[in-house]
Amino acid sequence: MTRDCPSMAVATDWRATGRTKGDTMIEAKGLTKRYGDTLAVNDLSFQVRPGTVTGFLGPNGAGKSTTMRMILGLDRPTKGTATVNGKHYHELKHPLRTVGALLEARWVHPNRSARAHLTWLAKANGIPKRRVEDVLDIVGLTSVASKRAGGFSLGMSQRLGIAGALLGDPEVLLFDEPVNGLDPEGILWMRKFMHRLADEGRTVLVSSHLLSEMSLTANELVVIGKGELVAQSSTADFVARATEQTVRVRSPQLSVLVDVLSGEDVGVREEDGGVVVSGMDSESIGELAAKHSIVLHELSPQQGSLEQAFMHLTGDTVEYATQ
Amino acid sequence: MTLLAVERIKLFTTRSPWWCAAVALTIVIGFAALITGTAPSDFPITVATSQFGYSFGLAVIMVLAALSITTEYRFGTIKSTFLAVPNRTAVLLAKTGVVALLALVIGEIAAFGALGVSALLAPGSDLALNSAADWRQVAGVGLVYAITAVMGVAVGTLVRHSAGAISLLLIYVMVVETLVPIIPRVGDDIYKWLPFNVAEKFLSGDGAVRGASEGPPLSTSTLSPWVALAYFAGVAAVLLTAAIMVARRRDA
Repeated sequence: MTRDCPSMAVATDWRATGRTKGDTMIEAKGLTKRYGDTLAVNDLSFQVRPGTVTGFLGPNGAGKSTTMRMILGLDRPTKGTATVNGKHYHELKHPLRTVGALLEARWVHPNRSARAHLTWLAKANGIPKRRVEDVLDIVGLTSVASKRAGGFSLGMSQRLGIAGALLGDPEVLLFDEPVNGLDPEGILWMRKFMHRLADEGRTVLVSSHLLSEMSLTANELVVIGKGELVAQSSTADFVARATEQTVRVRSPQLSVLVDVLSGEDVGVREEDGGVVVSGMDSESIGELAAKHSIVLHELSPQQGSLEQAFMHLTGDTVEYATQ
Repeated sequence: MTLLAVERIKLFTTRSPWWCAAVALTIVIGFAALITGTAPSDFPITVATSQFGYSFGLAVIMVLAALSITTEYRFGTIKSTFLAVPNRTAVLLAKTGVVALLALVIGEIAAFGALGVSALLAPGSDLALNSAADWRQVAGVGLVYAITAVMGVAVGTLVRHSAGAISLLLIYVMVVETLVPIIPRVGDDIYKWLPFNVAEKFLSGDGAVRGASEGPPLSTSTLSPWVALAYFAGVAAVLLTAAIMVARRRDA
């Protein structure tokens, strides 16, 4: 079975609908969920915009799934509101035509066939029967459509879940940890697929605790820790802002350079045959070296990784942090 | 109407309703065949004796109805359901309607099948439906099964676990109701108002349909047959209302 990213169009091209990136498609305002004494989500506010993949990032237990369930009207918020396209989920007439969600791949009766599962979903939202065959085709499950879903592998279940999410050709898509348990091929497929959905102008919110995965998948990030908002920004900004910007310098006149730098307000630390300078960008260091006629063999800005940024920002909000 | 169609698709694309239907029909009709076939010559085969297997079928209907909703919780499809149709009241009413309708059909086929097999095995017996009481005894089975199905869906919705809901239903109908009369002084008075005892009143009335004293004990309810059915339906309606209210408030 081919795992290539499907070439067939998912359906509507939402770019033509006049949505701009300034529109807010998903909005959480002061969202709070309390289970007994535990505050799972605390006064969480964020916006998700169309035409891009927004990563919903946080450590396990940060409240990502709870937040998604509240957006989808499955769980009742203790306080606050969540809206999709300005409406509460339960106010949407045929919700599957506006919002597609994959929260849990195994939410299928094991004795029901993939086709029967999609058929009742379609029927409930006035979606034509032929659309069932279309989405089966999009996710590549046509050949096993009449087999019982209980026999599906995780990857197949996941794709059946995606077929269900795409059924109503929705403008907004929510995926909760979609790559969990998938093999590398499946992960790649999923990543390409989400990008394509966003390129079609859809709003895609995808949660993950895998930081490296998010840096490849998401353009925008909503980062939470212990149920609270840690940051909302573009992925690049998030990394840039959170990580310490450093410059690695190598020079045959290293001691002279260190002397010169010690007159500035910077941090210098030695590291295998060179120094790592923090608090000054590479341009300034280069100009400083030129002024003092110091030969440089290397002058390279060091980009922090998403992991570093993430640990840095959620360090004190990780639920199971060791003391 | 759409929701009824949705719930019909959901119900019939799994195996358990088919199994339950087959088992209910086999037991009720088989029991009638067994009684008629083994009856001594002085044992009168009547409309009433043909329906003695009714309570076995009732238990199967409870299982069917409870499973129709508990499996949704078990497999998480209840979440898919509420995502597709956020109006939980409408979903649960549609599901109850479809399951009750199926129970009604099973009940009628079982009851008339039991009557038919009795007539076949004891051709000389008077098995004609001559009175309103005769009709209630046979055609009434479907109505009682349908209302029982409503209770099954309600309890299944409240409990959410298959084993828990089924145990609760079966223990209630088979143990609790039969043991209440042994409570000193007040036992009999309470028993008069217990729903399945009252439902029995609707079916067999004062036992006028029976030709002999054999068979399950008659109802001690003092209600008239149709009031008894209304009372039984009322209990089901209260349970269903409670279940819907809980499901609306609860996180799915």
